[in-house]
Amino acid sequence: MTDSKYFTTTKKGEIFELKAELNSDKKEKKKEAVKKVIASMTVGKDVSALFPDVVNCMQTDNLELKKLVYLYLMNYAKSQPDMAIMAVNTFVKDCEDPNPLIRALAVRTMGCIRVDKITEYLCEPLRKCLKDEDPYVRKTAAVCVAKLHDINAQLVEDQGFLDTLKDLISDSNPMVVANAVAALSEIAESHPSSNLLDLNPQSINKLLTALNECTEWGQIFILDCLANYTPKDDREAQSICERVTPRLSHANSAVVLSAVKVLMKFMEMLSKDLDYYGTLLKKLAPPLVTLLSAEPELQYVALRNINLIVQKRPEILKHEMKVFFVKYNDPIYVKLEKLDIMIRLASQANIAQVLAELKEYATEVDVDFVRKAVRAIGRCAIKVEQSAERCVSTLLDLIQTKVNYVVQEAIVVIKDIFRKYPNKYESVIATLCENLDSLDEPEARAAMIWIVGEYAERIDNADELLESFLEGFHDESTQVQLQLLTAIVKLFLKKPTETQELVQQVLSLATQDSDNPDLRDRGYIYWRLLSTDPVAAKEVVLAEKPLISEETDLIEPTLLDELICYIGTLASVYHKPPSAFVEGGRGVVHKSLPPRTASNESTESPETAPAGPPSGEQPDVIPAQGDLLGDLLNLDLGPPVSGPPLATSSVQMGAVDLLGGGLDSLIGGPNFVTPPAAAVPANLGAPMGSGLSDLFDLTSGVGTLSGSYVAPKAVGSISMDLQLTNKALQVMTDFAIQFNRNSFGLAPAAPLQVHAPLSPNQTVEISLPLNTVGSVMKMEPLNNLQVAVKNNIDVFYFSTLYPLHILFVEDGKMERQMFLATWKDIPNENEAQFQIRDCPLNAEAASSRLQSSNIFTVAKRNVEGQDMLYQSLKLTNGIWVLAELRIQPGNPNFMLSLKCRAPEVSPHVCQAYETILKN
Amino acid sequence: MIHSLFLINSSGDIFLEKHWKSVVSRSVCDYFFEAQERATEAENVPPVIPTPHHYLLSVYRHKIFFVAVIQTEVPPLFVIEFLHRVVDTFQDYFGVCSEPVIKDNVVVVYEVLEEMLDNGFPLATESNILKELIKPPTILRTVVNTITGSTNVGDQLPTGQLSVVPWRRTGVKYTNNEAYFDVIEEIDAIIDKSGSTITAEIQGVIDACVKLTGMPDLTLSFMRWESERILSFIPPDGNFRLLSYHVSAQNLVAIPVYVKHSISFRDSSSLGRFEITVGPKQTMGKTIEGVIVTSQMPKGVLNMSLTPSQGTHTFDPVTKMLSWDVGKINPQKLPSLKGTMSLQAGASKPDENPTINLQFKIQQLAISGLKVNRLDMYGEKYKPFKGIKYMTKAGKFQVRT
Repeated sequence: MTDSKYFTTTKKGEIFELKAELNSDKKEKKKEAVKKVIASMTVGKDVSALFPDVVNCMQTDNLELKKLVYLYLMNYAKSQPDMAIMAVNTFVKDCEDPNPLIRALAVRTMGCIRVDKITEYLCEPLRKCLKDEDPYVRKTAAVCVAKLHDINAQLVEDQGFLDTLKDLISDSNPMVVANAVAALSEIAESHPSSNLLDLNPQSINKLLTALNECTEWGQIFILDCLANYTPKDDREAQSICERVTPRLSHANSAVVLSAVKVLMKFMEMLSKDLDYYGTLLKKLAPPLVTLLSAEPELQYVALRNINLIVQKRPEILKHEMKVFFVKYNDPIYVKLEKLDIMIRLASQANIAQVLAELKEYATEVDVDFVRKAVRAIGRCAIKVEQSAERCVSTLLDLIQTKVNYVVQEAIVVIKDIFRKYPNKYESVIATLCENLDSLDEPEARAAMIWIVGEYAERIDNADELLESFLEGFHDESTQVQLQLLTAIVKLFLKKPTETQELVQQVLSLATQDSDNPDLRDRGYIYWRLLSTDPVAAKEVVLAEKPLISEETDLIEPTLLDELICYIGTLASVYHKPPSAFVEGGRGVVHKSLPPRTASNESTESPETAPAGPPSGEQPDVIPAQGDLLGDLLNLDLGPPVSGPPLATSSVQMGAVDLLGGGLDSLIGGPNFVTPPAAAVPANLGAPMGSGLSDLFDLTSGVGTLSGSYVAPKAVGSISMDLQLTNKALQVMTDFAIQFNRNSFGLAPAAPLQVHAPLSPNQTVEISLPLNTVGSVMKMEPLNNLQVAVKNNIDVFYFSTLYPLHILFVEDGKMERQMFLATWKDIPNENEAQFQIRDCPLNAEAASSRLQSSNIFTVAKRNVEGQDMLYQSLKLTNGIWVLAELRIQPGNPNFMLSLKCRAPEVSPHVCQAYETILKN
Repeated sequence: MIHSLFLINSSGDIFLEKHWKSVVSRSVCDYFFEAQERATEAENVPPVIPTPHHYLLSVYRHKIFFVAVIQTEVPPLFVIEFLHRVVDTFQDYFGVCSEPVIKDNVVVVYEVLEEMLDNGFPLATESNILKELIKPPTILRTVVNTITGSTNVGDQLPTGQLSVVPWRRTGVKYTNNEAYFDVIEEIDAIIDKSGSTITAEIQGVIDACVKLTGMPDLTLSFMRWESERILSFIPPDGNFRLLSYHVSAQNLVAIPVYVKHSISFRDSSSLGRFEITVGPKQTMGKTIEGVIVTSQMPKGVLNMSLTPSQGTHTFDPVTKMLSWDVGKINPQKLPSLKGTMSLQAGASKPDENPTINLQFKIQQLAISGLKVNRLDMYGEKYKPFKGIKYMTKAGKFQVRT
């Protein structure tokens, strides 16, 4: 009685038998045969050989048989295009059928037959169906346009179907509107620039009306479409928000999340002082919490999105910590996401509860989860200062459990806690050292070695401990080897007398016996440092480290803003912009949050409006400083540009000799003095470029490296180089110069000194020092300078454009937190994006090159293989410019985003970048 | 939009495929199988899996993976919601959703799937409409169809498709008009070692079975419901979920049961002690029944020798799953389960403490206090039978030890 009978086969051969049955005279037998064919299809069997026989069954009054044949056709038409044409007549006829169900079915199926030849026959029936009196047919036809577009986009455009589709947005039936929107969105996705969904207040109003009446799926299409609209002012934004808010209580979670997207985006435009703003914030929490009581798969997607939302607006869920507590039978993918959000929501107010939970999780069975829980404790310690002590004692408790992987994770996070709170918790080192033998994971071993090296002076047997690691040096992973090298050098610098042998040993292991270029290079750098200038070595290797920052794992603000526009999409699940993973560059439009605009009636000026959010409200974050710090500490940077490759053999020889001398001077040499503190250039906070240039000065000093490194030119003084040629027939004397008022107040700092009279055809070159205390007047272009030179004969007027980077001042390095706050604070419309083409430098080289012109790298991180440099510079008149420079290894085109309160300087700053980077 | 659907059983066989656009080779599922292999349990297979050219979104229900294939940026929740809808539809059509049932009804399944999506866009997902398009199989209909040659495919446009109430078909007629509502609340809670509540929330639903003639307009009045306290609606025909609600952890949620436990693994001894007692807490005078206690014991537990004061218990030495079917709780004589555990000799104390999972039911009680005061019907003249039932159940109710 069941359909499983359709799967039974006979000895004669299935296809053969089916063919006979399909051609049977008996209707019932035919239908049964088609069902058998369909059954085979559902399990992936190839029944395409039956194509002509099945198509023959198409002419029938029996709707079920017709539908079954259609199902078959859709699957196989592509492999049998010529045969598929046979079906066309039936379709065309069915499109005229009095029964709307049949008409819709025909137009729907025709669109699914993905054969180019059939498309031309489809146009006329489709045109009729788009204007059909029955909305069911119209809504089916709307989708058919999208199908046809997928097969032959040109045809759809030529036939004017896109316009008809756009008209359907104003259809009286909400279901038709929803399908038209869906079809247009799909078409627009493959034609990002087509501006198909040209949204204006009128069409938005229609969509909002249809939103209330169409099906749940239609609501999703409409909401996603609304999210692409930018309201003209805050009033319009608010009125849309008001009409979208009821969707938050829909039973379909996709509707809810799409509504959340619209609200999160349009909220950007609302002033925080509005009562409505607060109301909206309150309304967002319950639907998000409710999503977490749905099926685990839905929870997962919801959690990934909530992760973005709590980073953007932590206030929404700050009281909802408990819903993220993990249940022991949650799927692992839900557990891990919940944990992540718990840390993001952790604050002084709830930290006790969070820690108690984390400790509980650390005793669960699932190893991945336990590890992440232990890490989370460390992150809490770093995030919530008041909890650090409790976190450390919790971690110590966990270490006492002696569960191997727990101990290892705990040591890794304790290392970070040491970095964040120096000289506070070092008393636990003894406990850590007890567990040395049980560490078998590279990360934990590296962390432990770092601790031993860093605190060598407090650990009596530090040399023994490190020596024990050295025995199996070549079996260790690179991470451990590098750390061991650094740790032993630190140890040596702290206790030179006892550890000379050890350091010799590790340096030779690293430089002579290792194939790893990183290790070898680092070995050489240390070696030369120690041999040339032990004092400098001490300054470099034992430099005081900048504190680790609160969170290293937050999404950087620009990316976060973009991702907020993609709430509910795959991009929000992967936390990457679609451009990073959508296939084949199917056009992706870069989305950004709308700027906050006050409506006309508002008295707020644009300047004061964005001043609302003080930076303190957002967590202070600097994107992935960890990377930067790690690099800095480990001296893992390649030499800027390019120091010529180390000529190994000769250098090695030299280095060995040099080391001998260096060691002597360090250990017993009469010249050795501890550098007085005052003489130490403040290494803390020193821009990393300078550290490197020190390094290179050192090496070039002993002549082992001659490089293309250009020492920073004397900055801080601006001068104008003039070449005066006397083309007159008489001698010129009494030169004087004057500047017109200009944008930055440039003025001569000294009179124009031409010492001797200038004879005919003689040329002098003069460098005129300038200052910036002159009168200011905005020029067009901004960097225009009008000059008058006078002598005994006449006055000569000219104007010149100066490069903006001469105005970049030395104290242009912005503090990290400040940078972040400022970046957020400057409205998005002030952001300008540029592309710098054909620049052959890598990130480090670019950074140091820019630094020599007073463009300072505040932070650096690597995202998806791209280096992101966050840079700041200050102009002589105190204007700050913030930059994000995006460099993709191998791609000579850099992306530069500039944010400045005076956006008109941005193009000139970009030019300065070009000049600096390309010279 | 949604490109294709593959149904995969837990042993990794694809037993049904359906394509709404061009055919996607089933080899795309290899990426799913890889993920399945990596996940220790079926429940842990990640719901979104990227492959070089597609994304696989899946839900796992009734021991079947429903794997959707998408190629462009589609809201994942849209896809996952749709997949759950597919499962619900199968359950609605065939009573159960299982591999054999789907195979037995493969043609109907295929026809239904075809109606649910067009080119990957949802077309008809309301049960009322689908059942008019493709009639669910019944023994009688199958017999009749075989004899008369009639079909289970409706040949008229479903009446509800385009009306303002697409969820209700027109021309409904019943001799007995009835409307029944079930208010069902599930408590999700985590209780810590000492018995205090770490977090507790309530997931509530109102499910309805409405068989009313014509186009009735119903109004439910609640004891507790925002300000107006009424809910007015035109019901679909038959079984449906009217609404779901959530009482968040920020509210005070009553906890109807407690568990007293004493589980001790002694170091360097091969015996441990185990004792749990279950008792009523805030039950508003109602009886707690259908109590089942389960707990995943640590690996080091070889066997358990326990005696229950009531009910039956089992311990599976392979999966280490302890299960105790308690039944009703009599407040005068609290059920308990005690005895010893034999532990692996010489092994150290297990690292993890077992969590106790509790199931229970309380009839005639909505623990949140939600109450329907009255049900009125407008638009039709007859007098329907009305009924409202309440029930509180354990959702994810966990006690840590």
